Amino acid sequence: MHIVVCVKQVPDTKIIKMNPKTNTMDRASAPAIMNPYDVYAMEEASLLKEKYGGSISVLSMGPPPAVSTLKKCVEMGADDTYLISDRRFAGADTLATSYALAEALKKIMQEKGAIDLIISGKQTIDGDTGQVGPGIARRLDIPPLTFVQKVADVDLSARKIRVHRKREDGYEVVESSLPCLISVESGINEPRYSSLPNMIKAARHNPVVWTVDDLEGIDVTQLGLKGSPTIVGKVWPPEKSGGAEMIEGSVDDQISKVVELVMARKELFQDGSEMNDGTTASTND
Amino acid sequence: MTEQQQAQTTRRARSNPAVDGPLAVYRGVWVYIEVNDGKIAPVSLELLGAGRQLADKLDIDLAGVIVGYQVQGLCEEVFAFGADVCYVADDPILERYRSETYMKVVVDLVEQYKPEILLYGATSTGKDLASAVATDLKTGLTADTTILDVEEETRLLQASRPAFGGNIMATILCKNNRPQMATVRPRVMKSLTPDRNRSGKIIEYPVQINEEDLKTRVLDIVKNVQRSVKIDEAEIIVAGGKGLKDERGFQLVHQLAETLGATVGASRDAVEAGWISHQHQVGQTGATVTPKIYFAIGISGAIQHLVGMQNSQMIIAINNDPDAPIFQAAHYGIVGDAFEIVPKLNEAFEQALQQKEVVDIG
Amino acid sequence: MAEKFDVIIVGAGPAGTSCAYELAKAGLNVIMFERGEYPGSKNVMGGVLYRKQMEEIIPEFWKEAPLERPVVEQRFWMMDEESMVTMGYKGLEWGKEPYNNFTVLRAKFDQWFAQKAVEQGALLINETVVLECIVEDHKVVGVRTDRPDGDVYADVVVLADGVNSLLAKSLGFHKELRPDEVALAVMEVLKMPAEKIEERFNLEAGQGCTIEMFGDATKGILGTAFLYTNKDSLNIGVGTTLSGLMKQKIRPYDLLEYLKQHPMVRPFLEGSEPTEYAAHLIPEGGYKSLPKMVGNGVIVVGDAAQLVNAVHREGSNMAMKSGRIAAETIKLAKDAGDFSENMLDSYRVKLMESFVGQDLKKYKDVTDTFEHHPQYFKDYIPRLNRAASKFFTVNGTPKKQKQKEIMQLFTESKGKLGVLQDVYRAWKVMK
Ligand SMILES: Cc1cc2nc3c(=O)[nH]c(=O)nc-3n(C[C@H](O)[C@H](O)[C@H](O)COP(=O)(O)OP(=O)(O)OC[C@H]3O[C@@H](n4cnc5c(N)ncnc54)[C@H](O)[C@@H]3O)c2cc1C
Ligand SMILES: Cc1cc2nc3c(=O)[nH]c(=O)nc-3n(C[C@H](O)[C@H](O)[C@H](O)COP(=O)(O)OP(=O)(O)OC[C@H]3O[C@@H](n4cnc5c(N)ncnc54)[C@H](O)[C@@H]3O)c2cc1C
Ligand SMILES: Nc1ncnc2c1ncn2[C@@H]1O[C@H](COP(=O)(O)O)[C@@H](O)[C@H]1O
Repeated sequence: MHIVVCVKQVPDTKIIKMNPKTNTMDRASAPAIMNPYDVYAMEEASLLKEKYGGSISVLSMGPPPAVSTLKKCVEMGADDTYLISDRRFAGADTLATSYALAEALKKIMQEKGAIDLIISGKQTIDGDTGQVGPGIARRLDIPPLTFVQKVADVDLSARKIRVHRKREDGYEVVESSLPCLISVESGINEPRYSSLPNMIKAARHNPVVWTVDDLEGIDVTQLGLKGSPTIVGKVWPPEKSGGAEMIEGSVDDQISKVVELVMARKELFQDGSEMNDGTTASTND
Repeated sequence: MTEQQQAQTTRRARSNPAVDGPLAVYRGVWVYIEVNDGKIAPVSLELLGAGRQLADKLDIDLAGVIVGYQVQGLCEEVFAFGADVCYVADDPILERYRSETYMKVVVDLVEQYKPEILLYGATSTGKDLASAVATDLKTGLTADTTILDVEEETRLLQASRPAFGGNIMATILCKNNRPQMATVRPRVMKSLTPDRNRSGKIIEYPVQINEEDLKTRVLDIVKNVQRSVKIDEAEIIVAGGKGLKDERGFQLVHQLAETLGATVGASRDAVEAGWISHQHQVGQTGATVTPKIYFAIGISGAIQHLVGMQNSQMIIAINNDPDAPIFQAAHYGIVGDAFEIVPKLNEAFEQALQQKEVVDIG
Repeated sequence: MAEKFDVIIVGAGPAGTSCAYELAKAGLNVIMFERGEYPGSKNVMGGVLYRKQMEEIIPEFWKEAPLERPVVEQRFWMMDEESMVTMGYKGLEWGKEPYNNFTVLRAKFDQWFAQKAVEQGALLINETVVLECIVEDHKVVGVRTDRPDGDVYADVVVLADGVNSLLAKSLGFHKELRPDEVALAVMEVLKMPAEKIEERFNLEAGQGCTIEMFGDATKGILGTAFLYTNKDSLNIGVGTTLSGLMKQKIRPYDLLEYLKQHPMVRPFLEGSEPTEYAAHLIPEGGYKSLPKMVGNGVIVVGDAAQLVNAVHREGSNMAMKSGRIAAETIKLAKDAGDFSENMLDSYRVKLMESFVGQDLKKYKDVTDTFEHHPQYFKDYIPRLNRAASKFFTVNGTPKKQKQKEIMQLFTESKGKLGVLQDVYRAWKVMK
């Protein structure tokens, strides 16, 4: 089966510094990494390929350095990788991103044949919306299956897939026709330590790079900033609550102060209140 | 308003598509009403509260959109919590949530009745539905909103959210497309106290979907057999981090939670150390929680953790490092050794709670 | 099945990369393994890169390489607890092409250099640890890495895995290094705005200087300390023989702290903030403890072969030179289709004829001498300071009288003869 994984290269938001004047990211301050959630998407593709055979393509939109992320995907088992990179893609919101990616996916189909399954990550750590995956699916008019925590079965002859979708209180078993898009939860698998042959393959690998002009019939008005309905208005640093009021004194003083603070909210301790807080919530709610 | 100001506003207004331009046909604030097991999800009621304020500012109606099977009855509650109108799609084929069916209903309704603003809870269902709807309607969608406001004059929804892993807050605007849509995090907005005398207009959606055209089927729903952790609905959370050293140390957190009838939370490092399941993780890659009380024990307060709990009503941090960033986010802080403080705290609460019972009975 | 290359290179430091670059350029099929996330990610060095050997590999490299500052001034401080005698040289000719030396940050430089080798066609595999050499009937035929299906084969394996090479050791090429054969160096990178650096060290914009410190800088332990200027940071570090540390029972990091707090040093660091800390060994046994560096199908280069000039703290240049000589040798071996120890031994011969061998031989007794005669560091430098103090303090004593007193300063304890011996000994090993 032909699987396409969508991956994005992102700045490591854990260590990135913000420019306090402009409230923009100081990209130099953080290394560009493969979006942590997409690692699970890539791994899931490799597991499915091992089980059902076929081939894995990887698609990314971003600036040229994203090539290193695509090479990482080859280390993890990808066969072909495609980068769409062009100033005209820049500044895209989720709607414009899903449009550009969907157009690239159509070209991949032309070049490499029909796609059976598209896998995206749960979300990116910079965009952080989880909207691009489903967006791509709608663009291609195939079912989006989000919050997938397990791929239970793929039946290629019947062109069906069965997955477990995470719910707040458990999961649901959903069956869908192929092709479809699944966006996978982190922890759906254990990303592997790549084999040496794959490392060597990746070192030799060169991603296919497409610009806007390579995507015939694409509507440039739907791309990048121009094609994005949402714009960022004001940005500001999250207000730190001026810091905690420190509870000083002997340990016993500190303890009794905390107890006082908590017991002041006595409504929390009325009978049955535990029903709302989950620990004792039974399965029937 | 001075004449000059008036002139200004009208000038601006004239140049504004949402006021008398092509977008002016879009009116009304809608809230997607999420229904689980016949009950309205708390977040939807919170959104009715927030939506009411927006609607009043814009001087338009607030509507709820209910999709499902045997849900008509819920309209009453939707009105009680502030809505003027209720759109209902009630049909057996809608018994279980499916993107393709629910999305068709919402898209049709929007295209027919043209709301100005459409809000969803940022739950797995709400996010799934909203992303699909936004794509088909080719409109903007803001994810995980924590602050909602609207500018009367331009009628622009101002949806603000943490961005770049919580490093900044950003206000997202959608100027030229309608409806303006946002998913909103649970427990950030306040629901109104229900007014059972309120009522409103019910508009039914004629469902014409047949199963054989559909590509997906929900075969089964499996509820967690073990006590389901509804951490994002918890009122009290006792959360522990790497500072508790090992699984045994983490027991302190369980004990305190037990005593308080609280839910256990954890930092990612604690989860990755295998001391507790991922369900309990709070933060960017875990749950976003807003309990009334949040204990952070042995948690440094990395930004990825803070984004998940900084909206809690009362945050009490216990950490032996006075410079730990958690103290910036916390309301109350104790600098000290968790292994000394937490057990004592536990005892103290046990006593306090016993006494309380006595009082209650007497 | 496992792939076979012409050459496997273990370690993407200056030695390995130089070798990979030359071989790939000659069209050989080369694979280079680096355990770090990327070349340089784990590498430590005071930071002086010597132009000559680099230029032999990539002419005019300074036009594109990520260098910090060209060194226009070298200072030497002979330090006592509250004083120092300084000397040095500043030459503006060093500030323009072709330059003399540069300060570098290895994390940036190694990455760039390795990329150059890749552009020549070498295959670079990061985040992969080579566990052992694969040996078949007394020939090294490949290596085993820590990855699944992790074996690869080659005609020659080049060990460029740095000081205390575990791989060379497991081949029995050298024993565990003796504490007096290695220096332990600890260093810190301190952030500081460029303008501040230039003003404080009195430099033109973009130019740099190096300061080598002796005496109390190492609390009299045999070794040196250094303070180098990068673009917008400083490298400060101290390297002393392991044996010395053991004798004095000082933890290396405390020694670095002592240095940073030293009244002669502190003012230069004011307001800087530490960003990185690293500890690393430097092989200082020199000529006398050179290990076996050639075997059937295997060559050892750079620090792995203990090619460091302890006196001038030159290593990267020797590493590069050895890497290139290894490459030349391997090319010949390839043509001859013979990778035996005999064939490859011409590497060792050429190396010893080159400046590497010459310098190592020249200084072969230095470490020993100073190790066994601590008075140079412990005793003479403080006296020198007192002498200078006496000499420059204006207190009405006639100069002739002063010189006499100064002479006494040096001779009082040992007597004229003893001093003369010391001077001669020092001159002999350094000449
Ligand atoms: C993409 C991404 C997503 C992430 N998502 C999340 C997420 O969802 N949730 C999350 O939590 N993290 C997340 N992280 C990880 C986050 O950056 C931090 O690494 C993590 O939160 C640290 O966990 P911790 O505070 O328990 O451990 P530490 O940072 O090690 O903090 C331990 C604390 O315990 C204190 N301590 C030690 N001993 C004691 C004692 N005896 N008594 C009291 N205090 C003591 C220490 O002073 C320290 O402050 C994410 C990171 C990335 C890159
Ligand atoms: C504090 C300090 C200051 C110095 N100052 C200077 C100076 O100013 N000028 C100068 O010229 N020299 C200096 N030196 C010496 C110089 O750093 C070394 O001589 C030089 O780096 C040697 O290069 P190399 O390639 O042989 O080894 P290294 O630079 O150590 O490179 C070895 C590489 O091999 C990798 N590696 C090791 N084992 C494995 C394995 N099993 N599998 C895969 N990869 C592996 C390592 O990650 C590393 O990248 C200094 C050294 C120190 C410690
Ligand atoms: N620029 C991009 N290129 C490729 N895939 C992307 C891109 N942006 C988002 N995605 C995919 O969409 C998922 C959700 O992203 P987001 O909506 O930004 O949270 C990611 O995990 C990726 O799988």
